[in-house]
Amino acid sequence: MGVRSLMAASAALSLSFLAFIPLSLGAEPRVYVIEINKLVFGPAPAGLHVNDIVEWRNSDIFRHTATASDGGFDIDLPPGAKGQTVLKRPGVIDYTCRFHPGMKGRLEVAP
Amino acid sequence: MTLHPIPLTMFRNPRLLLAVTMSFAVSGAMAQTAAKPTDPQIAHIAYTAGQLDIAAAELALKTSQNKGVREFAEEMVRDHTAVNKQALALVEKLRVKPDDNDTSKSLTEGAAKKREELSKLSGAAFDKAYAQNEVAYHQTVNGALATVLIPDAQNGELKSLLETGLKLFKEHQQHAEHLVGQLK
Repeated sequence: MGVRSLMAASAALSLSFLAFIPLSLGAEPRVYVIEINKLVFGPAPAGLHVNDIVEWRNSDIFRHTATASDGGFDIDLPPGAKGQTVLKRPGVIDYTCRFHPGMKGRLEVAP
Repeated sequence: MTLHPIPLTMFRNPRLLLAVTMSFAVSGAMAQTAAKPTDPQIAHIAYTAGQLDIAAAELALKTSQNKGVREFAEEMVRDHTAVNKQALALVEKLRVKPDDNDTSKSLTEGAAKKREELSKLSGAAFDKAYAQNEVAYHQTVNGALATVLIPDAQNGELKSLLETGLKLFKEHQQHAEHLVGQLK
Protein backbone atom coordinates (compact mmCIF):
# COMPACT_ATOMS: atom_id res chain seq x y z
CA MET A 1 0.00 0.00 0.00
CA GLY A 2 1.42 3.36 -1.00
CA VAL A 3 1.67 6.44 1.20
CA ARG A 4 -1.08 8.14 -0.76
CA SER A 5 -3.59 5.38 -0.27
CA LEU A 6 -2.74 5.21 3.42
CA MET A 7 -3.39 8.94 3.69
CA ALA A 8 -6.63 8.57 1.84
CA ALA A 9 -7.69 5.76 4.10
CA SER A 10 -6.88 7.68 7.23
CA ALA A 11 -8.62 10.76 5.89
CA ALA A 12 -11.71 8.73 5.14
CA LEU A 13 -11.51 7.23 8.59
CA SER A 14 -11.22 10.57 10.37
CA LEU A 15 -13.91 12.06 8.19
CA SER A 16 -16.33 9.27 8.93
CA PHE A 17 -15.42 9.57 12.57
CA LEU A 18 -16.09 13.32 12.52
CA ALA A 19 -19.35 12.74 10.76
CA PHE A 20 -20.33 10.24 13.38
CA ILE A 21 -19.78 12.47 16.41
CA PRO A 22 -22.44 15.14 15.91
CA LEU A 23 -24.94 12.52 14.86
CA SER A 24 -24.37 10.43 17.95
CA LEU A 25 -24.51 13.48 20.22
CA GLY A 26 -27.76 14.57 18.68
CA ALA A 27 -29.39 11.19 19.09
CA GLU A 28 -27.99 10.36 22.52
CA PRO A 29 -30.75 10.87 25.07
CA ARG A 30 -29.73 12.61 28.25
CA VAL A 31 -30.72 11.45 31.70
CA TYR A 32 -32.01 14.02 34.18
CA VAL A 33 -32.49 13.16 37.83
CA ILE A 34 -35.39 14.38 39.96
CA GLU A 35 -34.81 13.52 43.58
CA ILE A 36 -37.68 13.20 46.04
CA ASN A 37 -37.04 13.98 49.70
CA LYS A 38 -39.05 15.24 52.66
CA LEU A 39 -42.31 15.11 50.69
CA VAL A 40 -41.03 17.35 47.90
CA PHE A 41 -40.07 16.72 44.26
CA GLY A 42 -36.67 18.25 43.51
CA PRO A 43 -36.63 21.02 40.88
CA ALA A 44 -37.73 19.98 37.40
CA PRO A 45 -34.77 20.11 34.98
CA ALA A 46 -34.66 22.75 32.26
CA GLY A 47 -33.80 22.01 28.63
CA LEU A 48 -35.66 18.71 28.29
CA HIS A 49 -36.09 17.28 24.80
CA VAL A 50 -38.00 14.38 23.30
CA ASN A 51 -36.21 11.07 23.96
CA ASP A 52 -34.51 12.41 27.09
CA ILE A 53 -34.99 10.37 30.23
CA VAL A 54 -36.15 11.56 33.63
CA GLU A 55 -34.87 9.39 36.45
CA TRP A 56 -36.92 9.59 39.64
CA ARG A 57 -35.04 8.82 42.83
CA ASN A 58 -36.89 8.47 46.10
CA SER A 59 -34.53 9.45 48.94
CA ASP A 60 -37.44 9.89 51.35
CA ILE A 61 -38.57 7.59 54.18
CA PHE A 62 -42.06 7.50 52.62
CA ARG A 63 -43.35 5.64 49.58
CA HIS A 64 -44.22 7.96 46.70
CA THR A 65 -45.28 7.84 43.07
CA ALA A 66 -44.42 9.97 40.06
CA THR A 67 -47.75 10.15 38.28
CA ALA A 68 -48.50 12.17 35.15
CA SER A 69 -51.83 13.99 35.25
CA ASP A 70 -52.44 12.96 31.62
CA GLY A 71 -51.90 9.28 32.46
CA GLY A 72 -48.62 9.14 30.51
CA PHE A 73 -46.70 7.53 33.36
CA ASP A 74 -47.31 6.25 36.88
CA ILE A 75 -44.17 5.10 38.65
CA ASP A 76 -44.29 3.48 42.06
CA LEU A 77 -41.36 4.57 44.20
CA PRO A 78 -40.90 2.83 47.54
CA PRO A 79 -38.24 4.40 49.79
CA GLY A 80 -34.82 4.15 48.13
CA ALA A 81 -36.27 3.18 44.73
CA LYS A 82 -35.45 4.59 41.30
CA GLY A 83 -37.54 4.66 38.14
CA GLN A 84 -37.26 6.15 34.66
CA THR A 85 -39.57 7.94 32.28
CA VAL A 86 -38.71 8.36 28.61
CA LEU A 87 -40.09 11.62 27.25
CA LYS A 88 -41.82 10.59 24.05
CA ARG A 89 -43.71 13.72 23.10
CA PRO A 90 -43.05 17.43 23.27
CA GLY A 91 -45.27 19.50 25.52
CA VAL A 92 -46.06 20.20 29.14
CA ILE A 93 -46.52 17.34 31.58
CA ASP A 94 -47.82 18.00 35.10
CA TYR A 95 -47.09 15.32 37.64
CA THR A 96 -47.94 14.58 41.24
CA CYS A 97 -47.64 11.88 43.89
CA ARG A 98 -50.82 9.82 44.15
CA PHE A 99 -50.38 9.45 47.90
CA HIS A 100 -49.42 13.04 48.72
CA PRO A 101 -51.45 15.35 46.50
CA GLY A 102 -49.56 18.48 47.61
CA MET A 103 -46.42 17.14 45.88
CA LYS A 104 -46.41 18.57 42.36
CA GLY A 105 -44.14 19.38 39.47
CA ARG A 106 -44.11 20.18 35.76
CA LEU A 107 -41.92 18.96 32.89
CA GLU A 108 -41.55 21.11 29.80
CA VAL A 109 -40.39 19.01 26.88
CA ALA A 110 -39.10 20.61 23.67
CA PRO A 111 -39.15 18.68 20.34
CA MET B 1 -48.34 15.32 86.43
CA THR B 2 -51.02 17.18 88.39
CA LEU B 3 -54.28 18.26 86.93
CA HIS B 4 -55.20 21.91 87.01
CA PRO B 5 -58.38 23.59 85.90
CA ILE B 6 -57.91 25.52 82.65
CA PRO B 7 -56.27 28.77 83.71
CA LEU B 8 -57.91 31.91 82.43
CA THR B 9 -54.51 33.27 81.48
CA MET B 10 -54.31 30.82 78.62
CA PHE B 11 -56.86 32.88 76.75
CA ARG B 12 -54.36 35.73 76.75
CA ASN B 13 -51.85 33.45 75.12
CA PRO B 14 -52.65 33.60 71.41
CA ARG B 15 -50.79 30.39 70.72
CA LEU B 16 -52.86 28.42 73.16
CA LEU B 17 -56.04 30.19 72.15
CA LEU B 18 -55.38 29.08 68.58
CA ALA B 19 -54.85 25.57 69.80
CA VAL B 20 -58.18 25.79 71.61
CA THR B 21 -60.05 26.92 68.56
CA MET B 22 -58.41 24.26 66.42
CA SER B 23 -58.88 21.41 68.74
CA PHE B 24 -60.99 20.92 71.78
CA ALA B 25 -59.36 17.62 72.69
CA VAL B 26 -55.80 18.79 72.39
CA SER B 27 -56.30 22.25 73.80
CA GLY B 28 -57.94 21.15 77.03
CA ALA B 29 -55.02 18.96 77.83
CA MET B 30 -52.50 21.53 76.62
CA ALA B 31 -53.80 23.99 79.17
CA GLN B 32 -53.47 21.39 81.88
CA THR B 33 -49.96 20.56 80.76
CA ALA B 34 -49.03 24.23 81.26
CA ALA B 35 -47.81 26.51 78.52
CA LYS B 36 -44.68 24.64 77.51
CA PRO B 37 -44.56 20.89 77.09
CA THR B 38 -41.10 19.37 77.50
CA ASP B 39 -39.29 17.53 74.70
CA PRO B 40 -40.04 14.09 76.21
CA GLN B 41 -43.73 15.07 76.36
CA ILE B 42 -43.68 16.45 72.82
CA ALA B 43 -42.07 13.24 71.56
CA HIS B 44 -44.77 11.25 73.33
CA ILE B 45 -47.59 13.34 71.87
CA ALA B 46 -46.26 13.14 68.31
CA TYR B 47 -45.67 9.39 68.53
CA THR B 48 -49.12 8.83 70.05
CA ALA B 49 -50.78 10.89 67.33
CA GLY B 50 -49.20 8.62 64.70
CA GLN B 51 -50.08 5.40 66.50
CA LEU B 52 -53.71 6.46 66.89
CA ASP B 53 -54.01 7.13 63.19
CA ILE B 54 -52.52 3.70 62.48
CA ALA B 55 -55.13 2.12 64.77
CA ALA B 56 -57.93 3.95 62.93
CA ALA B 57 -56.49 2.79 59.60
CA GLU B 58 -56.36 -0.81 60.81
CA LEU B 59 -60.05 -0.61 61.66
CA ALA B 60 -60.70 0.74 58.15
CA LEU B 61 -58.73 -2.11 56.59
CA LYS B 62 -60.78 -4.58 58.61
CA THR B 63 -64.10 -2.95 57.76
CA SER B 64 -64.02 -1.22 54.39
CA GLN B 65 -64.38 -2.74 50.94
CA ASN B 66 -63.91 0.59 49.20
CA LYS B 67 -60.73 0.74 47.11
CA GLY B 68 -60.05 4.43 47.74
CA VAL B 69 -60.60 4.06 51.48
CA ARG B 70 -58.39 0.99 51.69
CA GLU B 71 -55.59 2.66 49.72
CA PHE B 72 -55.79 5.69 51.97
CA ALA B 73 -55.72 3.51 55.11
CA GLU B 74 -52.73 1.56 53.80
CA GLU B 75 -50.96 4.85 53.22
CA MET B 76 -51.70 5.98 56.79
CA VAL B 77 -50.24 2.77 58.20
CA ARG B 78 -47.19 2.99 55.93
CA ASP B 79 -46.39 6.69 56.42
CA HIS B 80 -47.01 6.88 60.16
CA THR B 81 -45.05 3.70 60.73
CA ALA B 82 -42.13 5.22 58.81
CA VAL B 83 -42.15 8.50 60.72
CA ASN B 84 -42.63 6.80 64.10
CA LYS B 85 -39.73 4.48 63.38
CA GLN B 86 -37.60 7.60 62.95
CA ALA B 87 -39.04 9.08 66.13
CA LEU B 88 -38.07 5.97 68.09
CA ALA B 89 -34.56 6.03 66.64
CA LEU B 90 -34.25 9.69 67.56
CA VAL B 91 -35.39 9.35 71.19
CA GLU B 92 -33.02 6.42 71.55
CA LYS B 93 -30.16 8.47 70.15
CA LEU B 94 -30.97 11.44 72.37
CA ARG B 95 -31.52 9.11 75.34
CA VAL B 96 -34.91 10.68 75.92
CA LYS B 97 -37.70 8.67 77.49
CA PRO B 98 -41.04 9.77 75.98
CA ASP B 99 -43.14 11.11 78.81
CA ASP B 100 -46.86 10.32 78.90
CA ASN B 101 -48.94 13.42 79.58
CA ASP B 102 -52.45 14.82 79.53
CA THR B 103 -52.36 15.77 75.85
CA SER B 104 -51.40 12.23 74.87
CA LYS B 105 -54.08 10.86 77.17
CA SER B 106 -56.69 13.21 75.81
CA LEU B 107 -55.80 12.29 72.22
CA THR B 108 -55.96 8.60 73.09
CA GLU B 109 -59.32 8.92 74.81
CA GLY B 110 -60.79 10.95 71.94
CA ALA B 111 -59.56 8.39 69.41
CA ALA B 112 -60.90 5.46 71.44
CA LYS B 113 -64.32 7.07 71.55
CA LYS B 114 -64.24 7.69 67.81
CA ARG B 115 -63.09 4.16 67.11
CA GLU B 116 -66.01 2.83 69.11
CA GLU B 117 -68.44 4.94 67.08
CA LEU B 118 -66.85 3.84 63.81
CA SER B 119 -66.82 0.17 64.76
CA LYS B 120 -70.64 0.22 64.86
CA LEU B 121 -70.80 1.30 61.22
CA SER B 122 -70.25 -0.60 58.00
CA GLY B 123 -70.35 -0.11 54.23
CA ALA B 124 -70.71 3.38 52.82
CA ALA B 125 -71.65 4.84 56.22
CA PHE B 126 -68.36 3.65 57.69
CA ASP B 127 -66.35 4.88 54.71
CA LYS B 128 -67.83 8.35 54.94
CA ALA B 129 -67.47 8.64 58.71
CA TYR B 130 -63.90 7.33 58.62
CA ALA B 131 -62.85 9.74 55.86
CA GLN B 132 -64.50 12.70 57.57
CA ASN B 133 -62.85 11.83 60.86
CA GLU B 134 -59.48 11.57 59.12
CA VAL B 135 -59.88 15.14 57.88
CA ALA B 136 -60.80 16.36 61.37
CA TYR B 137 -58.12 14.35 63.12
CA HIS B 138 -55.32 15.52 60.84
CA GLN B 139 -56.56 19.09 61.17
CA THR B 140 -56.40 18.79 64.96
CA VAL B 141 -52.91 17.35 65.00
CA ASN B 142 -51.70 19.89 62.41
CA GLY B 143 -52.94 22.68 64.66
CA ALA B 144 -51.17 21.28 67.70
CA LEU B 145 -47.93 20.68 65.75
CA ALA B 146 -47.85 24.12 64.18
CA THR B 147 -48.90 26.21 67.16
CA VAL B 148 -47.49 24.34 70.15
CA LEU B 149 -45.34 21.28 69.57
CA ILE B 150 -42.95 22.62 66.90
CA PRO B 151 -42.44 26.06 68.49
CA ASP B 152 -41.87 24.54 71.93
CA ALA B 153 -39.51 21.74 70.90
CA GLN B 154 -36.02 22.53 72.17
CA ASN B 155 -33.93 19.91 70.40
CA GLY B 156 -33.19 20.75 66.76
CA GLU B 157 -33.49 17.18 65.49
CA LEU B 158 -36.81 16.71 67.26
CA LYS B 159 -38.05 20.00 65.78
CA SER B 160 -36.97 18.93 62.31
CA LEU B 161 -38.72 15.56 62.63
CA LEU B 162 -41.88 17.31 63.83
CA GLU B 163 -41.69 19.60 60.80
CA THR B 164 -41.57 16.54 58.54
CA GLY B 165 -44.50 15.20 60.56
CA LEU B 166 -46.47 18.40 59.95
CA LYS B 167 -45.78 18.26 56.23
CA LEU B 168 -46.93 14.64 56.21
CA PHE B 169 -50.08 15.35 58.22
CA LYS B 170 -50.95 18.21 55.86
CA GLU B 171 -50.57 15.90 52.86
CA HIS B 172 -52.78 13.34 54.58
CA GLN B 173 -55.38 15.97 55.40
CA GLN B 174 -55.49 16.99 51.73
CA HIS B 175 -55.71 13.36 50.65
CA ALA B 176 -58.50 12.76 53.19
CA GLU B 177 -60.37 15.78 51.82
CA HIS B 178 -60.13 14.33 48.29
CA LEU B 179 -61.40 11.04 49.65
CA VAL B 180 -64.41 12.70 51.32
CA GLY B 181 -65.14 14.38 47.97
CA GLN B 182 -64.97 11.05 46.14
CA LEU B 183 -67.31 9.33 48.60
CA LYS B 184 -70.10 11.89 48.19
